[in-house]
Amino acid sequence: MAETTASPRDLGGIHDDYMALTRQKRLYSLVLLIIFIALMVAGFSVAGGRNAGSFWGGIDNFFDYPSELVIEASGKLSEFPDHFVTFFPALIETVNIAAAATLLGALAAIFLSLLSTRGMARFPMLIPVFRRIMDISRAIPEIVVALVLIFILGGGPVPAMIAIAIHTAGALGKLFSEVNENADLKPVDGLASVGATWGQKMFLGVVPQVAPNWLSYALLRFEINVRASAILGFVGAGGLGYELKNAISWGQGRYDEAAAIFLLLFLTIVVIDQTSSHYRDRLTHGSKSERR
Amino acid sequence: MLRIEKLTKAFGQNVAVDAANVEVDKPQMIGIIGRSGAGKSTLLRMLNRLTDHTSGAIHFEGQEITALKGAAKREWQSQCAMIFQQFNLVPRMDVVSNVLHGTLNRRSTLATLFNLYPTEDIHRAIDILDRLGIAEHAPKRAEALSGGQQQRVAIARALMQNPRIILADEPIASLDPMNAQVVMQALRRIHEEDGRMVIANLHTLDTARRYCDRVIGMRAGRIVFDADPSKLTTSMAREIYGAGAEFSESATSTEIETLDATEKAKMEAEAYV
Repeated sequence: MAETTASPRDLGGIHDDYMALTRQKRLYSLVLLIIFIALMVAGFSVAGGRNAGSFWGGIDNFFDYPSELVIEASGKLSEFPDHFVTFFPALIETVNIAAAATLLGALAAIFLSLLSTRGMARFPMLIPVFRRIMDISRAIPEIVVALVLIFILGGGPVPAMIAIAIHTAGALGKLFSEVNENADLKPVDGLASVGATWGQKMFLGVVPQVAPNWLSYALLRFEINVRASAILGFVGAGGLGYELKNAISWGQGRYDEAAAIFLLLFLTIVVIDQTSSHYRDRLTHGSKSERR
Repeated sequence: MLRIEKLTKAFGQNVAVDAANVEVDKPQMIGIIGRSGAGKSTLLRMLNRLTDHTSGAIHFEGQEITALKGAAKREWQSQCAMIFQQFNLVPRMDVVSNVLHGTLNRRSTLATLFNLYPTEDIHRAIDILDRLGIAEHAPKRAEALSGGQQQRVAIARALMQNPRIILADEPIASLDPMNAQVVMQALRRIHEEDGRMVIANLHTLDTARRYCDRVIGMRAGRIVFDADPSKLTTSMAREIYGAGAEFSESATSTEIETLDATEKAKMEAEAYV
């Protein structure tokens, strides 16, 4: 048992060395904690100084609006089915904008991500260029793009769709390329050894590995885009947002309509979430009949 | 001391452990053998309460282990250490921190988050590492160590718990023969010097024979053999593993000497011919 009976050589030294290391780690934790607290205090005092009213003075009123909305809406529960029927076409329009934007954006994201991942890129020299393209399309708020496009093209769903697609391409491109980085390059080598083109290597070697993660990110983005396209309705892109803008203004007595719209949005998100986990599961594990 | 009564675990239609009865009245070193899927791991995981049982009961010194919940269950887990085949250490943390995890049940979450372990605990952790011969690796990350060293860190974590029972689920299945010997000898020494009960799932018969006071054989969830290792004949082993006459113990052996011995026997046999 030569290895387990170590000589008592220098055990005190190991004790002391490790204690020194521990003290150093604790010091780092303490410094980090102090920085965290300082940032919180500084942030709150700056925000408090800039606010027109006071944060702590106003927080009591935080639930006033939601409670008024719920109370008023629950008094008119019987009208909800009617509202659902009224707003359903608007919901379809909103979901349509989101779906088209997600599809276009995801397609662009696939190419951008493959072109900007080290080890996979077709033109390794141009990786920074494609990265910056994604950065730019993420950096510009979609509402700004939508307003400019509405000015050029006139109001309607197409400007909203383009605006959301641009943002989606940048956001998904970044997430996709992070997924690509974790993909195994051995299958790509295997395909290269039989003389495959870049497109063949990517779509037959990389995509099968990363497709489940891509899909789940894309479906998450779809959820976010449903909400984004509802918001763009506020600036004249049509859909549910336009109806919500009219219903939600204070003091018109239309809170039941606002509540019905929120419910529709919530149900849509639930449906997307359930469908997404179902299909993601099938893609990763194969359908039930394929399993053992 | 430890009494297992009609302990059963069913996964849907599959019965992993089928009405197991075991009675242990003094700290022993017990080896559980059987082919993979026989229910060895499930039995150990139920003892530690990592897996819930379906029916039956486990008693330890008058306490019904299978009825424990919440804090009482975690208290039991702190007295009943577990060693895993794949070591189950936190790879990105240093060796001593991994060993100190053995004291988590006694410390508050906040104190452990900020690495505020008492100095005497840290010294004890290093002393335990020294007992297992790996004190010089104390500040390294666990992932930087070899398999045999990582398994000894896992044993150190188990010892840090100061447990009544040590459960070892295939502790040497992913180790080479030399490291397997070091790990098994460490477990045996812990049993002899500290008087702790050790229950180990083993995948080779000769390991069970060599290190254990008592061998339990499982087949398809049932306990089919429970006696001291001298009663474990080749025909008994064939029954436990459900093997035919072609089964040979030395073929699966990981002991260096066994392989030498077979070679030697073969050569002697040839010499007589």
